[in-house]
Amino acid sequence: MHNATLKSLSASLAARAFSSVELTQHFVNRIKQLNPKYNCFITLDPERSLKQAEAADRMRSAGEGRPLTGIPIAQKDIFCAQGWLTTCGSKMLSNFTSPYDAHVVERLNKAGAVTLGKTNMDEFAMGSSSETSHYGPVRNPWDVDKVPGGSSGGSAAAVAARLAPGAIGTDTGGSIRQPAALSGICGLKPTYGVVSRYGMIAFASSLDQGGPMARCAEDLALMLNVMAGFDPRDSTSLDREREDYTRELGKPLKGLKIGLPEEFFAEGAAPGVVKAVESAVAEFRKLGCETVEVSLPNMKLSVPVYYVLAPAEASSNLARYDGVRYGYRAPEYADLLDLYKKTRSQGFGPEVKRRILIGTYVLSHGYYDAYYIQAQRVRRLIARDFTEVFKRCDVIMGPTSPTTAFRIGEKMGDPVQMYLNDIYTIPANLAGLPGLSIPCGSDAKGLPVGLQIVGNYFAEAKMLGIAHQYQIATDWHTRMPAGIE
Amino acid sequence: MALTLEDVKRVADLARIAIDEAEARATLSQLNDVFKLIAEMQAVDTRDVAPMSHALDVVQRLREDSVTESDRHALFQSVAPQVESGLYLVPKVIE
Repeated sequence: MHNATLKSLSASLAARAFSSVELTQHFVNRIKQLNPKYNCFITLDPERSLKQAEAADRMRSAGEGRPLTGIPIAQKDIFCAQGWLTTCGSKMLSNFTSPYDAHVVERLNKAGAVTLGKTNMDEFAMGSSSETSHYGPVRNPWDVDKVPGGSSGGSAAAVAARLAPGAIGTDTGGSIRQPAALSGICGLKPTYGVVSRYGMIAFASSLDQGGPMARCAEDLALMLNVMAGFDPRDSTSLDREREDYTRELGKPLKGLKIGLPEEFFAEGAAPGVVKAVESAVAEFRKLGCETVEVSLPNMKLSVPVYYVLAPAEASSNLARYDGVRYGYRAPEYADLLDLYKKTRSQGFGPEVKRRILIGTYVLSHGYYDAYYIQAQRVRRLIARDFTEVFKRCDVIMGPTSPTTAFRIGEKMGDPVQMYLNDIYTIPANLAGLPGLSIPCGSDAKGLPVGLQIVGNYFAEAKMLGIAHQYQIATDWHTRMPAGIE
Repeated sequence: MALTLEDVKRVADLARIAIDEAEARATLSQLNDVFKLIAEMQAVDTRDVAPMSHALDVVQRLREDSVTESDRHALFQSVAPQVESGLYLVPKVIE
């Protein structure tokens, strides 16, 4: 069962080949057996999951089954889920049982999906390796000495190790796409505003976006159909007509124009990554696509801009963790100020503190214009580059990440090296554009390479169609890590 | 422009994070590496460019001025560190 795609599991549930209880129990058993090896999950509650599965089976019996009814989905521990411990990978929230559901969780529940558990992640989604978690690093199923990418590394590794047919993640600077690439699965960051941020623990509000992670493009489309939708409780949620994200899956690619930004193939990209991406592009040419050389001249400024904007927004968002209303409180303190300071010093890990300090500094008196406003101006230049490029092509393609999975511990001592991992993914967040990563090959060590597809605003259905056509012609998305059966 | 140890301590104080001398020193060199990276975007000429705060230029929605929330304070306070009679307890701030 665990090797089947979400779509085929859904068909089997509809045909009564097995029940959701049987399917959920199968994944629960698998997680029990394999999670100690990968550390994908922070919290499991099989009893609760199986109750949801029973309800899903009743929904199906009553003829109310929908594509996700009875499908177990792993949730990144950044999504508030009522009655579930929701930690965001932090000691600060290590005692926080959410009193409410995120909008995305509400929608999944309503569709009859089963919550399989809460997945491990970089603390407050700040990281590209899933190593900054209070709950220990996640291990990559392709090589347990390597990171799975981050911050949605638990979700990515769970899907890669066949511990879940699908998972949800969030992406602020690449946190869905980069772990998808490094773990050999598919992940989509939708256009900013398509998926509600309500109940998604805030990191950088103008960049955060939730999205699906699964083994093929078709499964992503089915998940996004449930996850996307207007929500008045998120002030930046977009009030748009409902879309069917599966509608372009069958569309032939003949005549499609693919832009190849020179900056994506320049310095920094590992030869094995470039080679795999180039052969994917060759495959698209075989499928009738045209390619055109394009340029995003301001792309190189994305990382510096991001490391002003994201920490600035984070320092403001994380001011709420004060040891008063919820979460961790230091055991000993002299007065109120001391309570705040000790709580925050003990509750946050080093990377989170680092980013709060950067953010506080760039927002402080006398520096605001030089850093924050300047970063917002350069952000517009980066977004304009995309506007120009999309006059000449339908989508952009390039690598998702400059390298394949790196060793656990390798970049932890050097924040800047870690930050540069996201050079290819950050631009889409800054511009608010949708970005998709799909497996397209492997390097000399057999580690997966991700192909990134960036589309214009609201081009998700088109991008998923492009990825699906590629996945009909190739089998990279079906490859499994050695030892996973 | 490099940060000083004093800057780190001042910012930590503003951010309400307790930091000892050794931590401040270690943080200083890491923050300076990050600000070296950030300096790359400071040299860009942006005179005629408007700041971009959001991806899409959408207008804030307005709604009717009516009560939409029910009283859930008991549920929300059930996860608080210290509560009494519906109030959050903190150390005494007024003598």
